[in-house]
Amino acid sequence: MGEFNVHRVRFFNYVPSGIRCVAYNNQSNRLAVSRTDGTVEIYNLSANYFQEKFFPGHESRATEALCWAKGQRLFSAGLNGEIIEYDLQALTIKYAVDAFGGPIWSMAASPSGSQLLVGCEDGSVKLFQITPDKIQFERNFDRQKSRILSLSWHPAGTHVAAGSIDYISVFDSKSGSAIGKMLVDRQYMGVSKRKCIIWGVAFLSDGTVISVDSAGKVQIWDSATGTLMKNHLVSNADVKVQIWDSATGTLMKNHLVSNADVQSIAVSPQEDSFVVGTAEGTVFHFQLVSVTSSSSEKQWVRTKPFQHHTHDVRAVAHSPTALISGGTDTHLVIRPLMEKVEVKNYDAALRKITFPHRRLVSCAKKKQLLLFQFAHHLELWRLGSTVATGKNGDTLPLSKNADHLLHLKTKGPENIICSCISPCGGWIACSTASRFFLYRLNYEHDNISLQRVSKMPVFLRSALQILFSEDSTKLFVASNQGSLRVIRLQEGGFTHPRAFQPQSGTVQSMCLLAVSPDGNWLAASGSSAGVHVYNVKQLKLHCTVPAYNFPVTALAIAPNTNNLVIAHSDQQVFEYSIPDKQYTEWSRTVQKQGFHHLWLQRDTPITHISFHPKRPMHILLHDTYMFCLIDKSLPLPNDKTLLYNPLPPTNESDVIRRRTAHAFKISKKYKPLLFVDLLDEKTLVAVERPLDDIVAQLPPPIKKKKFGT
Amino acid sequence: MADLEEGFALTAVPLGSGPDGPLGVEQSDKTDQFLVTDSGRTVILYKVSDQKPLGSWSVKQGQIITCPAVCNFQTGEYIIVHDNKVLRIWNNEDVNLDKVFKATLSAEVYRIHSIQGTEPLVLFKEGAVRGLEALLAEPQQKIETVISDEEVIKWTKFFMVFRHPVLIFITEKHGNYFVYVQKFNSRILSKYTLLLGQEEKCVIQSFSTSVGRKFISLMSLSSDGCVYETLIPIHPSEPEKNQRLVQSQLLKSVVSGSARNGVALAILDQDHIAVLGAPLPASKECLSVWNTKFQTLQTSKELPQGTSGQLWYYGENLFMLHGKFLTVVPFKCEVSSLAGALGKLKHSQDPGIHATPHFVNWETSQGCGLGSQNSEQSKRILRRRKVEVSVQPEVPASTQLLATIQKDSEKHIEVELRKFLATKRTPDFHTIIGDVIIGLLGRCKAEPSFYPRNCLMQLVQTHVLSYSLCPGLMEFALEKTDVQILQLCLQQFPDIPESVTCACLKVFLSIGDDTLQDTDINMESVSDYMDPVQDGEMEGQTAFLQNGFSPEEDNCDSCAQKLKEKPQATADESTSCPVTTKRAALLNAVLHSAYSETFLLPHLKDIPAQHSTLFLQYLYFLYLKCSENATMTLPGTHPPTLSQIMDWICLLLDANFTVVVMIPEAKRLLLSLYKFVKSQISICSELNKIEVSFRELQKLNQEKNNRELYSIEVLELF
Repeated sequence: MGEFNVHRVRFFNYVPSGIRCVAYNNQSNRLAVSRTDGTVEIYNLSANYFQEKFFPGHESRATEALCWAKGQRLFSAGLNGEIIEYDLQALTIKYAVDAFGGPIWSMAASPSGSQLLVGCEDGSVKLFQITPDKIQFERNFDRQKSRILSLSWHPAGTHVAAGSIDYISVFDSKSGSAIGKMLVDRQYMGVSKRKCIIWGVAFLSDGTVISVDSAGKVQIWDSATGTLMKNHLVSNADVKVQIWDSATGTLMKNHLVSNADVQSIAVSPQEDSFVVGTAEGTVFHFQLVSVTSSSSEKQWVRTKPFQHHTHDVRAVAHSPTALISGGTDTHLVIRPLMEKVEVKNYDAALRKITFPHRRLVSCAKKKQLLLFQFAHHLELWRLGSTVATGKNGDTLPLSKNADHLLHLKTKGPENIICSCISPCGGWIACSTASRFFLYRLNYEHDNISLQRVSKMPVFLRSALQILFSEDSTKLFVASNQGSLRVIRLQEGGFTHPRAFQPQSGTVQSMCLLAVSPDGNWLAASGSSAGVHVYNVKQLKLHCTVPAYNFPVTALAIAPNTNNLVIAHSDQQVFEYSIPDKQYTEWSRTVQKQGFHHLWLQRDTPITHISFHPKRPMHILLHDTYMFCLIDKSLPLPNDKTLLYNPLPPTNESDVIRRRTAHAFKISKKYKPLLFVDLLDEKTLVAVERPLDDIVAQLPPPIKKKKFGT
Repeated sequence: MADLEEGFALTAVPLGSGPDGPLGVEQSDKTDQFLVTDSGRTVILYKVSDQKPLGSWSVKQGQIITCPAVCNFQTGEYIIVHDNKVLRIWNNEDVNLDKVFKATLSAEVYRIHSIQGTEPLVLFKEGAVRGLEALLAEPQQKIETVISDEEVIKWTKFFMVFRHPVLIFITEKHGNYFVYVQKFNSRILSKYTLLLGQEEKCVIQSFSTSVGRKFISLMSLSSDGCVYETLIPIHPSEPEKNQRLVQSQLLKSVVSGSARNGVALAILDQDHIAVLGAPLPASKECLSVWNTKFQTLQTSKELPQGTSGQLWYYGENLFMLHGKFLTVVPFKCEVSSLAGALGKLKHSQDPGIHATPHFVNWETSQGCGLGSQNSEQSKRILRRRKVEVSVQPEVPASTQLLATIQKDSEKHIEVELRKFLATKRTPDFHTIIGDVIIGLLGRCKAEPSFYPRNCLMQLVQTHVLSYSLCPGLMEFALEKTDVQILQLCLQQFPDIPESVTCACLKVFLSIGDDTLQDTDINMESVSDYMDPVQDGEMEGQTAFLQNGFSPEEDNCDSCAQKLKEKPQATADESTSCPVTTKRAALLNAVLHSAYSETFLLPHLKDIPAQHSTLFLQYLYFLYLKCSENATMTLPGTHPPTLSQIMDWICLLLDANFTVVVMIPEAKRLLLSLYKFVKSQISICSELNKIEVSFRELQKLNQEKNNRELYSIEVLELF
């Protein structure tokens, strides 16, 4: 297959933001995740946990609560006191409404999904009616003394439990009057803590209220009598899960689960199990278990602890088949419940999602430049060089090290949505939710001068995806509402902003773009619809690739042949000939034979596809844990052959080697990978982001004593 | 235990004129609402919890309802048949039955069946079955004859098996019974002949069914007063052939054989049935609940005003006619455990034994664990055995043994017991053993001279017992201060209450050395680290380094000075065992037993001070022995572990600290404990330091690997 010089890049200092909230929608099987920087991501659990949509963050918009309402509408609320609804089609914020109660700490949609309840800093609980296009303030519930940190509706919608500091209130949701109060014991094992913060409550249909608090307790209360039913201490730092019966407001049970905070709780829809997350990074699973076999009396029992996190677990969710948790350590962990998983397949595996499923790196091949996208700035680096040669595995001495050329900070509080550097290295474009930036770069020996192109057209306020043509003369911009435009770039400015004719009736926003190297074809794909191919000269739709069930994760058009290569979230790869408007012979062969089972079992999507500049038969694609060069001329591997073969064939004769050779040349040497591309026929660039480097930048976790405890 | 609550009459007015009680009670589409069809002309909709009627409908004078009203769960409408052929369909708003939808059919209807989740079915007297929709589409369609001429449908039921509707009906012809099973997913009608077993000339008076995984269980109440069970396969092997079904006896004489009418049967759950009828020829009629698993009477309720031999069971309510009123008896039934099953019978037969031991329901839990198929199988095996039992007059070995216990001599019991233990173990072996022990203990209490020590030992050593299976045993041994049995129990039982553990401990600490000398105690837990020679004279040994800490070089506290003055004494105390080997073995048994701190602590407080000091000394000695080797374990086959020793030290100190502090003899011991805790703390802090430095090293190592933020490497792809 050949030897490559690999530029192993580890200076992309990217740190994902910690997860603040997760909200699972059972109807669409989607998971909304909000991060501490205000970013909201939507994962499609049916499509291999693909992150299909995201809303960029905003510095002043720290989300504290996230919930789904009727009609799969997504709301968030945060410390700026606003309730925000997201437009999942156009990928924008629909509107923001101030609740006028100070910072919002908690939010819950009613079981019917038609009402929204928020808990505010000033102790008020506010009820909003969800109208088809907005939300309308309806009523304040009885004001409480301190901030409302958690809310939960009774499944019938008649009552609401609200967790505050040191107590839980039960409201009648019709009248809004507080009908019960359950005081939480501040003390834990005789030591009085300063305050007991109720981080989470859950109201069950039998009137039981489960609370988790900063004293490390999971308490089960009887809301009818207000008695504690059970108390579980789950964490050494700060989490009690308490199960209360709300009618009386008595604690029924107290589980001391931890000395650390228990920060989150989620109950399964069947109400037979719930999950809590602690500040020590442990997630505990509680199940309603019969006291004796086949008896009707059941009890909440802490069944399984999971330690997949190193830091606080800030949010948990309970899908019918899995426990989902996320926290400060930035990982989203999906842990399937083995007893609920019917078939032992791909879905039964533990998932840990750390990196976004989109590209944060772009590359100017000729100039050997890399552009890194951060939340609020861009970095431009020039790769180094070497004159030495070596054999497989050698690290070559550098004749020139990599240079940090540019640190480009965007103004304003908004996060960068997308960025791109032109193949010639002369242009950089990036966009936030309200501003579009285009820069011209001039290189004079080692000096760089940067000039912002002013007077951007009005329509170019924001972009979801930006792409330069191969010859750097055109800029393609996909923005909201499905609009797709091309701009001709000239020295010092641009001309001819022209729009592609939109598909009739589509408001689907395009998230992925690919342009053919000859500049004639543009392929665009939205979050769910198929891939559209446009003729760039005529600005018209040329064809649409037959729709496929799974979202597209990466797109690229091959040089010369103009074959469009599409990777989907179920790990299928298709090759579609644009001139012929049909799948290629190779693609059909692949589909007929099927991919190798190990290929289909990879758990991260392919995020980038590119091609060998000299060998048209070679396709390069990568996910987080491997990159692969597909040689279409070689036979495909079947399930019996070894897919991944890291060792060179040493003693075997060439005959055997040729016989076992197959099309997929995989390397797992570099991981986690954020970007891989071919700079020229002998040079690869691989951008790695070691997890240890990320951990090093996180706040230290709660220290646990190992000895002498 | 099953529990029949106080019943209440549903109707203030007596039900219609018919002598046979109501025609039927059927569920409506709302919970708690039931359709009661009078045998005359009226249908009434009742709300049971409110005990009041919600609606009432009557057919015209001269017409007569022949089939009880049912509710079509798919539409919420009610359906009735009057004058055998006229079908009426109406809903809640309709007032007059005369004006509602009417369809006249071409054949006589036997019953209409309706259950949740499927359309209603009409069963004709000739055995043909039609779906309601199909029938209404063409009411005058020809109805075929399925059953032979003189066959008469006696009983019928409609239910779902794995979401497929199945209709079962039983016909009679000249005293022979035939079972028809009509499955609608495959449209197969299977016919079976019901063989009535050895009984001759008995008329089946009532039927009831329940559905299992592979079988439909058909229960029948015969005129001889016995309940029989027949298993009908859900998936028959050869559906075409006329197959035979054999009845097996399930319960004997639940009602008086002579009772001719007023007898009915309903299956409540997998283990319970309700029987309506007079238990004795002379007695009044009763509603009784029987446990079929253990064949015991759970509860019963007298119906002094007589009943009609009809019993309906829906959800948690039993419906029957009491006098002239339809009565509802709410019913609760817990899972059948042996304890529950034995409760009633035991009390009535043997008032001498008061304690109703609480048993774990092992069999059910086993069944649940292994899957229901297995339990089905075991049930069937049990049933077969029961049948055998009823056929042959032979008494099982366990019953014989239990009888032996009550009267024979100790020697004889021992022989019998050995015989019994040698036989193959049955699934209920542990319960039998428990019963045997309880029997033995009962006799012991009755005759103070009787103490079958060997038998008890033998039984305890069967390894199947737990504390809950023979609750009195340990108390009895404590009474007799039989340390040997106590030791065995402590070793064998997994569930000893903390109070009993503590009582054992007290006995072990207080029993005289000379008494111990004569007993035969299992010494395997101590043999390896304690020299038996020590028993008599306790020799001092040389001092040693404990856990990196030497008691000699202490610079930490002033109190230790006193110790320093008498180093020889310290060495003595710390190295020689403060108790005899036998006592040590007994104490080890206590150390091994499971406990919960919260429950143990209050009991530990009751131990006299000198005993707790002795025990502490012993524990300290064990700790020192532990720290003699690097692995911190004691030698031997089953020694106490370090954590057990430490936990007990902590517990004892927690419980008795104020007392122990006051005792001069304990002072030295406390001092050495204090010092050793101090040394532990310093070790832990050292370990923490080491951990931190290792982490730093690890970090350095990682940095070395990852320091290069940029490199160019050569990679060959194969």
